[in-house]
Amino acid sequence: MPGRIVVPFGPQHPVLPEPIHIDLVLEDELVVDAVPSIGYIHRGLEQLVQKREYPEYVYVAERICGICSFMHALCYCQGIEHIMGIEVPDRSRYLRTIWSEYSRLHSHLLWLGLFADAMGFENLFMRSWQLRESVLDISEDTTGGRIIQSTCKVGGVRRDIGQDKLDEIHRGLDSFEEDCRDLGKVFLNDETVKYRLKGLGVLSKDEAYTLGSAGPTLRGSGVASDHRETGYAAYGELGYKAVVETAGDCYARCAVRVRELYSSIDIIRRAIEGMPEGPIDVKVKGAPDGEYFSRVEQPRGEVVHYLLGNGTKHLARARIRTPTFANIPALVKMLPGAQLADVPIVVLSIDPCISCTER
Amino acid sequence: MAFLKRSPWILHYDASSCNGCDIEVLACLTPLYDVERFGIINTGNPKHADILLITGGVNSQNRPVVRNLYEQMPEPKVVIAVGACAATGGIFRECYNIAGGIDKVIPVDVYVPGCAARPEQIIDGVVAALGILEEKRERMAGGARMKEEAGETT
Repeated sequence: MPGRIVVPFGPQHPVLPEPIHIDLVLEDELVVDAVPSIGYIHRGLEQLVQKREYPEYVYVAERICGICSFMHALCYCQGIEHIMGIEVPDRSRYLRTIWSEYSRLHSHLLWLGLFADAMGFENLFMRSWQLRESVLDISEDTTGGRIIQSTCKVGGVRRDIGQDKLDEIHRGLDSFEEDCRDLGKVFLNDETVKYRLKGLGVLSKDEAYTLGSAGPTLRGSGVASDHRETGYAAYGELGYKAVVETAGDCYARCAVRVRELYSSIDIIRRAIEGMPEGPIDVKVKGAPDGEYFSRVEQPRGEVVHYLLGNGTKHLARARIRTPTFANIPALVKMLPGAQLADVPIVVLSIDPCISCTER
Repeated sequence: MAFLKRSPWILHYDASSCNGCDIEVLACLTPLYDVERFGIINTGNPKHADILLITGGVNSQNRPVVRNLYEQMPEPKVVIAVGACAATGGIFRECYNIAGGIDKVIPVDVYVPGCAARPEQIIDGVVAALGILEEKRERMAGGARMKEEAGETT
Protein backbone atom coordinates (compact mmCIF):
# COMPACT_ATOMS: atom_id res chain seq x y z
CA MET A 1 0.00 0.00 0.00
CA PRO A 2 1.40 3.39 -0.98
CA GLY A 3 2.10 5.96 1.71
CA ARG A 4 -0.23 8.86 2.24
CA ILE A 5 0.81 12.47 1.80
CA VAL A 6 -1.03 15.69 2.47
CA VAL A 7 -0.97 18.40 -0.19
CA PRO A 8 -2.28 21.83 0.74
CA PHE A 9 -4.51 23.47 -1.91
CA GLY A 10 -4.82 27.22 -1.38
CA PRO A 11 -5.43 29.71 0.19
CA GLN A 12 -3.56 31.45 -2.62
CA HIS A 13 -3.98 29.30 -5.72
CA PRO A 14 -3.88 30.26 -9.41
CA VAL A 15 -7.28 28.79 -10.32
CA LEU A 16 -9.11 30.39 -7.42
CA PRO A 17 -9.83 34.10 -7.49
CA GLU A 18 -10.63 33.77 -3.81
CA PRO A 19 -8.87 32.07 -0.91
CA ILE A 20 -10.06 28.73 0.36
CA HIS A 21 -7.78 26.15 1.89
CA ILE A 22 -8.24 22.42 1.32
CA ASP A 23 -5.90 19.77 2.69
CA LEU A 24 -5.85 16.93 0.16
CA VAL A 25 -4.85 13.52 1.45
CA LEU A 26 -3.27 11.62 -1.44
CA GLU A 27 -2.30 8.05 -2.20
CA ASP A 28 0.08 8.55 -5.12
CA GLU A 29 -1.95 10.79 -7.43
CA LEU A 30 -5.33 9.74 -6.10
CA VAL A 31 -7.28 11.90 -3.63
CA VAL A 32 -8.58 9.80 -0.73
CA ASP A 33 -9.74 12.56 1.57
CA ALA A 34 -10.26 16.31 1.55
CA VAL A 35 -10.41 18.58 4.57
CA PRO A 36 -11.57 22.12 3.82
CA SER A 37 -10.87 25.02 6.13
CA ILE A 38 -12.50 28.38 5.55
CA GLY A 39 -12.44 31.79 7.17
CA TYR A 40 -10.12 33.88 4.98
CA ILE A 41 -12.91 36.21 3.91
CA HIS A 42 -15.02 36.24 7.05
CA ARG A 43 -15.89 39.86 7.74
CA GLY A 44 -18.76 39.54 10.19
CA LEU A 45 -21.40 41.17 8.02
CA GLU A 46 -24.28 39.68 9.96
CA GLN A 47 -23.29 41.73 12.98
CA LEU A 48 -23.34 44.94 10.94
CA VAL A 49 -27.16 44.95 11.07
CA GLN A 50 -26.77 46.33 14.57
CA LYS A 51 -24.70 49.26 13.31
CA ARG A 52 -26.53 50.14 10.09
CA GLU A 53 -30.17 51.11 9.77
CA TYR A 54 -32.28 48.65 7.83
CA PRO A 55 -32.52 50.66 4.57
CA GLU A 56 -28.75 51.21 4.65
CA TYR A 57 -28.00 47.55 5.17
CA VAL A 58 -29.01 46.93 1.54
CA TYR A 59 -25.59 48.28 0.55
CA VAL A 60 -23.88 45.86 2.92
CA ALA A 61 -26.04 42.99 1.65
CA GLU A 62 -24.92 43.83 -1.89
CA ARG A 63 -21.32 43.49 -0.82
CA ILE A 64 -21.70 40.07 0.75
CA CYS A 65 -20.60 38.92 -2.66
CA GLY A 66 -19.65 40.95 -5.72
CA ILE A 67 -20.93 38.37 -8.19
CA CYS A 68 -24.46 37.73 -6.95
CA SER A 69 -24.63 41.20 -5.46
CA PHE A 70 -28.01 42.16 -6.90
CA MET A 71 -29.64 38.96 -5.67
CA HIS A 72 -28.39 39.40 -2.12
CA ALA A 73 -29.96 42.86 -2.09
CA LEU A 74 -33.15 41.42 -3.59
CA CYS A 75 -33.33 38.67 -0.99
CA TYR A 76 -32.79 41.13 1.85
CA CYS A 77 -35.32 43.64 0.50
CA GLN A 78 -37.96 40.97 -0.06
CA GLY A 79 -37.49 39.82 3.52
CA ILE A 80 -37.89 43.32 4.96
CA GLU A 81 -40.86 44.01 2.69
CA HIS A 82 -42.54 40.82 3.86
CA ILE A 83 -42.02 41.69 7.54
CA MET A 84 -43.35 45.22 7.04
CA GLY A 85 -46.20 44.11 4.78
CA ILE A 86 -45.13 46.25 1.82
CA GLU A 87 -46.54 45.46 -1.63
CA VAL A 88 -44.01 46.56 -4.23
CA PRO A 89 -45.35 47.85 -7.58
CA ASP A 90 -45.54 45.38 -10.48
CA ARG A 91 -43.07 47.27 -12.62
CA SER A 92 -40.39 47.06 -9.94
CA ARG A 93 -40.92 43.30 -9.65
CA TYR A 94 -40.34 42.93 -13.37
CA LEU A 95 -37.28 45.17 -13.29
CA ARG A 96 -35.89 43.15 -10.40
CA THR A 97 -36.40 39.99 -12.43
CA ILE A 98 -34.55 41.43 -15.41
CA TRP A 99 -31.57 42.52 -13.31
CA SER A 100 -31.55 39.19 -11.48
CA GLU A 101 -31.35 37.30 -14.73
CA TYR A 102 -28.61 39.57 -16.03
CA SER A 103 -26.69 38.84 -12.82
CA ARG A 104 -27.18 35.16 -13.45
CA LEU A 105 -25.96 35.48 -17.03
CA HIS A 106 -22.84 37.33 -15.95
CA SER A 107 -22.18 34.90 -13.14
CA HIS A 108 -22.63 31.81 -15.30
CA LEU A 109 -20.48 33.22 -18.09
CA LEU A 110 -17.83 34.12 -15.53
CA TRP A 111 -17.96 30.61 -14.14
CA LEU A 112 -17.84 28.98 -17.58
CA GLY A 113 -14.73 31.02 -18.31
CA LEU A 114 -12.99 30.10 -15.06
CA PHE A 115 -13.98 26.48 -15.58
CA ALA A 116 -12.49 26.49 -19.08
CA ASP A 117 -9.35 28.06 -17.63
CA ALA A 118 -9.14 25.28 -15.02
CA MET A 119 -9.35 22.75 -17.87
CA GLY A 120 -6.51 24.59 -19.63
CA PHE A 121 -8.82 25.71 -22.45
CA GLU A 122 -7.74 29.33 -22.52
CA ASN A 123 -9.46 30.14 -25.78
CA LEU A 124 -12.82 29.27 -24.32
CA PHE A 125 -12.04 31.27 -21.17
CA MET A 126 -11.45 34.38 -23.25
CA ARG A 127 -14.56 33.81 -25.35
CA SER A 128 -16.80 33.38 -22.29
CA TRP A 129 -15.49 36.55 -20.71
CA GLN A 130 -15.83 38.41 -23.96
CA LEU A 131 -19.53 37.53 -24.03
CA ARG A 132 -19.81 38.48 -20.38
CA GLU A 133 -18.69 42.03 -21.16
CA SER A 134 -21.81 42.61 -23.24
CA VAL A 135 -23.91 41.64 -20.20
CA LEU A 136 -21.93 44.04 -18.03
CA ASP A 137 -22.42 46.79 -20.60
CA ILE A 138 -26.18 46.43 -20.20
CA SER A 139 -25.80 46.47 -16.40
CA GLU A 140 -23.79 49.64 -16.61
CA ASP A 141 -26.18 51.21 -19.08
CA THR A 142 -29.26 50.54 -16.98
CA THR A 143 -27.92 50.85 -13.43
CA GLY A 144 -24.65 52.79 -13.61
CA GLY A 145 -22.56 49.99 -12.12
CA ARG A 146 -20.84 47.06 -13.74
CA ILE A 147 -20.68 44.77 -10.73
CA ILE A 148 -22.25 46.47 -7.73
CA GLN A 149 -25.46 47.99 -8.95
CA SER A 150 -27.28 49.45 -5.95
CA THR A 151 -30.62 49.58 -7.72
CA CYS A 152 -32.65 47.45 -5.33
CA LYS A 153 -34.07 49.15 -2.28
CA VAL A 154 -36.68 48.38 0.32
CA GLY A 155 -39.98 49.22 -1.35
CA GLY A 156 -39.00 48.81 -4.98
CA VAL A 157 -36.14 49.79 -7.23
CA ARG A 158 -34.16 52.98 -7.55
CA ARG A 159 -34.07 53.33 -11.32
CA ASP A 160 -36.42 52.74 -14.19
CA ILE A 161 -35.48 51.46 -17.61
CA GLY A 162 -37.11 53.54 -20.36
CA GLN A 163 -39.15 51.92 -23.11
CA ASP A 164 -36.63 52.69 -25.86
CA LYS A 165 -33.85 51.15 -23.76
CA LEU A 166 -36.00 48.06 -23.14
CA ASP A 167 -36.62 47.73 -26.87
CA GLU A 168 -32.92 48.07 -27.55
CA ILE A 169 -32.10 45.35 -25.00
CA HIS A 170 -34.81 43.15 -26.49
CA ARG A 171 -33.40 43.57 -30.00
CA GLY A 172 -29.90 42.68 -28.76
CA LEU A 173 -31.04 39.45 -27.13
CA ASP A 174 -31.27 37.46 -30.37
CA SER A 175 -27.67 37.89 -31.39
CA PHE A 176 -26.57 37.43 -27.78
CA GLU A 177 -28.48 34.16 -27.58
CA GLU A 178 -26.87 33.00 -30.80
CA ASP A 179 -23.42 33.72 -29.36
CA CYS A 180 -24.32 31.90 -26.14
CA ARG A 181 -25.53 28.88 -28.09
CA ASP A 182 -22.27 28.79 -30.04
CA LEU A 183 -20.36 28.93 -26.76
CA GLY A 184 -22.61 26.29 -25.21
CA LYS A 185 -21.99 23.97 -28.14
CA VAL A 186 -18.28 23.98 -27.39
CA PHE A 187 -18.85 23.21 -23.70
CA LEU A 188 -21.34 20.44 -24.40
CA ASN A 189 -19.97 18.82 -27.57
CA ASP A 190 -16.22 19.33 -27.60
CA GLU A 191 -14.35 16.05 -27.21
CA THR A 192 -11.58 17.44 -24.99
CA VAL A 193 -14.10 19.03 -22.66
CA LYS A 194 -16.09 15.78 -22.45
CA TYR A 195 -12.90 13.84 -21.85
CA ARG A 196 -11.97 16.04 -18.90
CA LEU A 197 -15.44 16.26 -17.35
CA LYS A 198 -17.43 13.08 -17.88
CA GLY A 199 -17.54 10.76 -14.91
CA LEU A 200 -15.52 13.18 -12.76
CA GLY A 201 -16.67 14.17 -9.27
CA VAL A 202 -19.86 12.15 -9.29
CA LEU A 203 -22.53 13.06 -6.76
CA SER A 204 -25.56 10.77 -6.67
CA LYS A 205 -29.11 12.06 -6.37
CA ASP A 206 -29.48 10.77 -2.80
CA GLU A 207 -26.17 12.23 -1.70
CA ALA A 208 -26.97 15.59 -3.25
CA TYR A 209 -30.29 15.66 -1.45
CA THR A 210 -29.15 14.45 1.96
CA LEU A 211 -26.07 16.69 2.00
CA GLY A 212 -28.36 19.63 1.37
CA SER A 213 -26.65 20.92 -1.77
CA ALA A 214 -28.16 23.78 -3.68
CA GLY A 215 -28.43 25.16 -7.17
CA PRO A 216 -26.75 23.63 -10.21
CA THR A 217 -24.91 21.14 -7.98
CA LEU A 218 -28.26 19.77 -6.84
CA ARG A 219 -29.93 20.00 -10.24
CA GLY A 220 -26.96 18.37 -11.95
CA SER A 221 -27.64 15.32 -9.81
CA GLY A 222 -31.22 15.05 -10.93
CA VAL A 223 -33.15 16.88 -8.19
CA ALA A 224 -35.55 19.39 -9.73
CA SER A 225 -35.31 22.17 -7.19
CA ASP A 226 -35.18 25.78 -8.23
CA HIS A 227 -36.58 28.48 -6.01
CA ARG A 228 -37.67 30.50 -9.03
CA GLU A 229 -40.45 27.95 -9.48
CA THR A 230 -42.12 29.27 -6.32
CA GLY A 231 -42.66 32.59 -8.09
CA TYR A 232 -41.01 35.42 -6.15
CA ALA A 233 -40.56 38.76 -7.96
CA ALA A 234 -42.12 38.30 -11.40
CA TYR A 235 -41.32 34.61 -11.81
CA GLY A 236 -44.88 33.71 -10.81
CA GLU A 237 -46.36 35.45 -13.86
CA LEU A 238 -43.52 34.51 -16.18
CA GLY A 239 -43.39 30.87 -15.15
CA TYR A 240 -40.22 28.89 -14.79
CA LYS A 241 -39.25 25.24 -14.93
CA ALA A 242 -36.03 23.99 -13.36
CA VAL A 243 -33.20 22.83 -15.63
CA VAL A 244 -32.20 19.30 -14.60
CA GLU A 245 -29.43 16.90 -15.62
CA THR A 246 -29.13 13.45 -14.14
CA ALA A 247 -25.53 12.28 -14.43
CA GLY A 248 -24.26 14.12 -11.33
CA ASP A 249 -20.73 14.59 -12.68
CA CYS A 250 -18.84 17.78 -13.58
CA TYR A 251 -20.17 17.58 -17.12
CA ALA A 252 -23.78 17.55 -15.86
CA ARG A 253 -23.18 20.56 -13.61
CA CYS A 254 -21.61 22.37 -16.55
CA ALA A 255 -24.56 21.43 -18.76
CA VAL A 256 -27.05 22.78 -16.21
CA ARG A 257 -25.31 26.15 -16.21
CA VAL A 258 -25.06 26.27 -20.00
CA ARG A 259 -28.77 25.52 -20.35
CA GLU A 260 -29.61 28.08 -17.65
CA LEU A 261 -28.01 30.72 -19.85
CA TYR A 262 -30.70 30.04 -22.45
CA SER A 263 -33.51 29.98 -19.91
CA SER A 264 -32.32 33.29 -18.42
CA ILE A 265 -32.33 34.92 -21.84
CA ASP A 266 -35.84 33.58 -22.34
CA ILE A 267 -37.02 35.04 -19.02
CA ILE A 268 -35.52 38.44 -19.83
CA ARG A 269 -37.23 38.40 -23.22
CA ARG A 270 -40.63 37.58 -21.74
CA ALA A 271 -40.19 40.05 -18.85
CA ILE A 272 -39.52 42.87 -21.31
CA GLU A 273 -42.53 41.86 -23.41
CA GLY A 274 -44.82 41.71 -20.37
CA MET A 275 -43.41 44.78 -18.59
CA PRO A 276 -46.30 46.58 -16.85
CA GLU A 277 -46.55 50.35 -16.64
CA GLY A 278 -46.65 52.18 -13.34
CA PRO A 279 -44.52 53.44 -10.48
CA ILE A 280 -41.28 51.73 -9.50
CA ASP A 281 -41.32 52.18 -5.74
CA VAL A 282 -43.54 52.85 -2.75
CA LYS A 283 -42.78 54.99 0.27
CA VAL A 284 -41.55 53.05 3.27
CA LYS A 285 -42.43 54.19 6.76
CA GLY A 286 -41.80 52.67 10.15
CA ALA A 287 -39.50 49.86 11.12
CA PRO A 288 -39.65 46.08 10.72
CA ASP A 289 -41.04 44.11 13.63
CA GLY A 290 -41.10 40.35 13.21
CA GLU A 291 -39.08 37.65 11.52
CA TYR A 292 -38.92 36.08 8.10
CA PHE A 293 -36.89 33.54 6.13
CA SER A 294 -36.38 35.16 2.76
CA ARG A 295 -35.24 32.91 -0.08
CA VAL A 296 -33.98 33.69 -3.57
CA GLU A 297 -32.45 31.51 -6.26
CA GLN A 298 -28.94 32.77 -6.93
CA PRO A 299 -26.66 31.59 -9.73
CA ARG A 300 -25.07 29.16 -7.27
CA GLY A 301 -28.28 28.02 -5.64
CA GLU A 302 -30.73 29.06 -3.04
CA VAL A 303 -29.74 31.79 -0.58
CA VAL A 304 -31.58 32.22 2.72
CA HIS A 305 -31.68 35.49 4.64
CA TYR A 306 -33.18 35.13 8.10
CA LEU A 307 -34.17 38.57 9.34
CA LEU A 308 -35.39 39.43 12.81
CA GLY A 309 -36.69 42.94 13.45
CA ASN A 310 -37.52 44.37 16.85
CA GLY A 311 -39.46 47.48 15.86
CA THR A 312 -36.41 49.75 15.75
CA LYS A 313 -34.41 51.03 12.78
CA HIS A 314 -31.79 48.38 13.48
CA LEU A 315 -32.54 44.71 12.97
CA ALA A 316 -31.94 42.47 15.96
CA ARG A 317 -30.41 39.66 13.93
CA ALA A 318 -29.61 38.64 10.39
CA ARG A 319 -28.49 35.18 9.44
CA ILE A 320 -27.40 34.44 5.92
CA ARG A 321 -27.02 30.93 4.53
CA THR A 322 -25.44 31.01 1.12
CA PRO A 323 -25.45 28.29 -1.55
CA THR A 324 -21.70 27.64 -1.56
CA PHE A 325 -21.81 26.96 2.17
CA ALA A 326 -24.44 24.32 1.48
CA ASN A 327 -22.35 22.85 -1.33
CA ILE A 328 -19.09 22.38 0.58
CA PRO A 329 -20.16 19.03 2.14
CA ALA A 330 -20.99 17.86 -1.40
CA LEU A 331 -17.55 18.99 -2.55
CA VAL A 332 -15.88 16.96 0.19
CA LYS A 333 -17.89 13.97 -1.06
CA MET A 334 -16.87 14.54 -4.71
CA LEU A 335 -13.13 14.91 -4.25
CA PRO A 336 -12.11 11.39 -3.09
CA GLY A 337 -11.37 9.27 -6.14
CA ALA A 338 -10.29 12.19 -8.31
CA GLN A 339 -6.73 12.60 -9.62
CA LEU A 340 -4.74 15.46 -8.13
CA ALA A 341 -4.68 17.14 -11.56
CA ASP A 342 -8.47 17.11 -11.66
CA VAL A 343 -8.92 18.74 -8.26
CA PRO A 344 -9.20 22.32 -9.62
CA ILE A 345 -12.01 21.20 -11.97
CA VAL A 346 -13.92 19.41 -9.22
CA VAL A 347 -13.55 22.36 -6.84
CA LEU A 348 -14.74 24.80 -9.49
CA SER A 349 -17.64 22.58 -10.51
CA ILE A 350 -19.64 23.67 -7.45
CA ASP A 351 -18.91 27.30 -8.44
CA PRO A 352 -17.39 28.21 -5.07
CA CYS A 353 -18.04 31.76 -3.98
CA ILE A 354 -16.00 32.13 -0.85
CA SER A 355 -16.98 35.65 0.10
CA CYS A 356 -20.62 34.51 0.09
CA THR A 357 -19.79 31.49 2.19
CA GLU A 358 -17.97 33.35 4.90
CA ARG A 359 -19.86 36.63 4.82
CA MET B 1 3.11 54.09 -21.17
CA ALA B 2 6.59 55.59 -21.32
CA PHE B 3 7.49 53.67 -18.19
CA LEU B 4 6.76 50.34 -19.79
CA LYS B 5 10.31 49.10 -20.12
CA ARG B 6 9.77 45.59 -18.87
CA SER B 7 6.83 43.23 -18.61
CA PRO B 8 5.54 43.27 -15.04
CA TRP B 9 4.06 40.08 -13.70
CA ILE B 10 1.19 40.41 -11.32
CA LEU B 11 0.21 38.40 -8.30
CA HIS B 12 -3.41 38.83 -7.35
CA TYR B 13 -4.71 38.00 -3.90
CA ASP B 14 -8.12 38.47 -2.34
CA ALA B 15 -7.64 39.58 1.26
CA SER B 16 -11.23 39.52 2.51
CA SER B 17 -12.94 41.56 -0.16
CA CYS B 18 -16.41 41.03 -1.54
CA ASN B 19 -15.04 39.61 -4.75
CA GLY B 20 -16.30 42.47 -6.89
CA CYS B 21 -12.83 43.97 -7.39
CA ASP B 22 -11.36 40.51 -7.92
CA ILE B 23 -13.53 39.73 -10.89
CA GLU B 24 -12.68 43.18 -12.26
CA VAL B 25 -8.99 42.33 -11.91
CA LEU B 26 -9.67 39.19 -13.93
CA ALA B 27 -11.71 41.21 -16.42
CA CYS B 28 -8.52 43.22 -17.14
CA LEU B 29 -7.02 40.06 -18.62
CA THR B 30 -9.88 39.29 -20.97
CA PRO B 31 -10.43 40.46 -24.56
CA LEU B 32 -12.02 43.87 -23.93
CA TYR B 33 -9.16 45.22 -21.79
CA ASP B 34 -6.50 42.57 -22.50
CA VAL B 35 -3.51 43.76 -20.49
CA GLU B 36 -1.51 40.83 -21.78
CA ARG B 37 -0.78 42.86 -24.90
CA PHE B 38 1.38 45.09 -22.66
CA GLY B 39 3.21 42.03 -21.35
CA ILE B 40 1.31 42.11 -18.05
CA ILE B 41 0.62 38.56 -16.92
CA ASN B 42 -1.30 37.32 -13.92
CA THR B 43 0.92 34.73 -12.31
CA GLY B 44 0.01 32.46 -9.45
CA ASN B 45 3.52 32.36 -8.05
CA PRO B 46 4.72 35.08 -5.67
CA LYS B 47 8.35 34.35 -6.56
CA HIS B 48 7.67 35.33 -10.17
CA ALA B 49 5.73 38.48 -9.41
CA ASP B 50 6.74 42.16 -9.52
CA ILE B 51 3.42 43.69 -8.56
CA LEU B 52 1.07 42.54 -5.82
CA LEU B 53 -2.53 43.45 -6.66
CA ILE B 54 -4.45 43.04 -3.49
CA THR B 55 -8.09 43.65 -2.62
CA GLY B 56 -10.07 43.71 0.58
CA GLY B 57 -9.81 44.89 4.14
CA VAL B 58 -7.72 41.99 5.53
CA ASN B 59 -9.28 39.93 8.31
CA SER B 60 -7.29 38.37 11.11
CA GLN B 61 -6.94 34.99 9.43
CA ASN B 62 -5.66 36.62 6.25
CA ARG B 63 -2.95 38.78 7.89
CA PRO B 64 -0.21 36.13 7.96
CA VAL B 65 -1.07 35.03 4.41
CA VAL B 66 -0.76 38.60 3.09
CA ARG B 67 2.53 39.15 4.89
CA ASN B 68 3.81 35.78 3.70
CA LEU B 69 2.99 36.56 0.06
CA TYR B 70 4.63 39.97 0.33
CA GLU B 71 7.79 38.55 1.86
CA GLN B 72 8.07 35.85 -0.77
CA MET B 73 8.12 38.36 -3.62
CA PRO B 74 11.58 39.37 -4.83
CA GLU B 75 12.74 43.00 -4.62
CA PRO B 76 11.94 45.42 -6.18
CA LYS B 77 8.22 45.01 -5.67
CA VAL B 78 5.18 47.26 -5.70
CA VAL B 79 1.90 46.80 -3.86
CA ILE B 80 -1.38 48.06 -5.30
CA ALA B 81 -4.40 48.21 -3.01
CA VAL B 82 -7.47 47.84 -5.20
CA GLY B 83 -10.84 49.13 -4.07
CA ALA B 84 -12.26 51.18 -1.23
CA CYS B 85 -11.95 48.43 1.37
CA ALA B 86 -8.30 47.82 0.50
CA ALA B 87 -7.65 51.50 1.14
CA THR B 88 -9.59 52.08 4.36
CA GLY B 89 -11.77 49.07 5.07
CA GLY B 90 -14.57 50.75 3.12
CA ILE B 91 -18.03 49.53 3.93
CA PHE B 92 -16.56 46.80 6.14
CA ARG B 93 -14.49 49.09 8.36
CA GLU B 94 -16.82 48.68 11.33
CA CYS B 95 -16.69 44.89 11.19
CA TYR B 96 -15.07 43.29 14.23
CA ASN B 97 -12.80 41.18 12.11
CA ILE B 98 -11.36 43.68 9.67
CA ALA B 99 -7.96 45.36 10.01
CA GLY B 100 -9.15 48.27 7.83
CA GLY B 101 -6.89 48.43 4.82
CA ILE B 102 -3.89 46.69 3.33
CA ASP B 103 -1.50 49.33 4.68
CA LYS B 104 -2.18 48.11 8.22
CA VAL B 105 -0.33 44.93 7.28
CA ILE B 106 2.15 45.66 4.47
CA PRO B 107 3.40 48.90 2.87
CA VAL B 108 1.25 50.05 -0.06
CA ASP B 109 2.52 52.10 -3.00
CA VAL B 110 -0.60 52.72 -5.09
CA TYR B 111 -4.23 53.03 -4.05
CA VAL B 112 -6.95 52.38 -6.63
CA PRO B 113 -10.30 53.87 -5.55
CA GLY B 114 -13.75 52.57 -6.36
CA CYS B 115 -16.29 50.09 -5.10
CA ALA B 116 -15.97 48.03 -7.16
CA ALA B 117 -12.90 49.49 -8.90
CA ARG B 118 -13.35 49.56 -12.66
CA PRO B 119 -10.92 47.71 -14.94
CA GLU B 120 -9.77 51.03 -16.45
CA GLN B 121 -8.88 52.29 -12.97
CA ILE B 122 -7.03 49.09 -12.14
CA ILE B 123 -5.00 49.33 -15.35
CA ASP B 124 -4.30 52.97 -14.52
CA GLY B 125 -3.07 51.85 -11.09
CA VAL B 126 -0.78 49.27 -12.67
CA VAL B 127 0.66 51.92 -14.98
CA ALA B 128 1.34 54.16 -11.97
CA ALA B 129 2.93 51.17 -10.23
CA LEU B 130 5.26 50.63 -13.19
CA GLY B 131 6.78 54.06 -12.60
CA ILE B 132 7.34 53.27 -8.93
CA LEU B 133 8.78 49.88 -9.82
CA GLU B 134 11.25 51.53 -12.19
CA GLU B 135 12.27 54.06 -9.50
CA LYS B 136 12.81 51.29 -6.98
CA ARG B 137 14.86 49.33 -9.47
CA GLU B 138 17.07 52.35 -10.21
CA ARG B 139 17.52 53.01 -6.51
CA MET B 140 18.54 49.38 -5.96
CA ALA B 141 20.91 49.51 -8.91
CA GLY B 142 22.33 52.81 -7.60
CA GLY B 143 22.80 51.30 -4.14
CA ALA B 144 24.59 48.30 -5.63
CA ARG B 145 26.87 50.58 -7.69
CA MET B 146 27.75 52.66 -4.64
CA LYS B 147 28.55 49.53 -2.69
CA GLU B 148 30.74 48.31 -5.54
CA GLU B 149 32.61 51.60 -5.75
CA ALA B 150 33.03 51.71 -1.98
CA GLY B 151 34.36 48.15 -2.16
CA GLU B 152 36.96 49.12 -4.80
CA THR B 153 38.32 52.11 -2.89
CA THR B 154 38.88 50.28 0.40
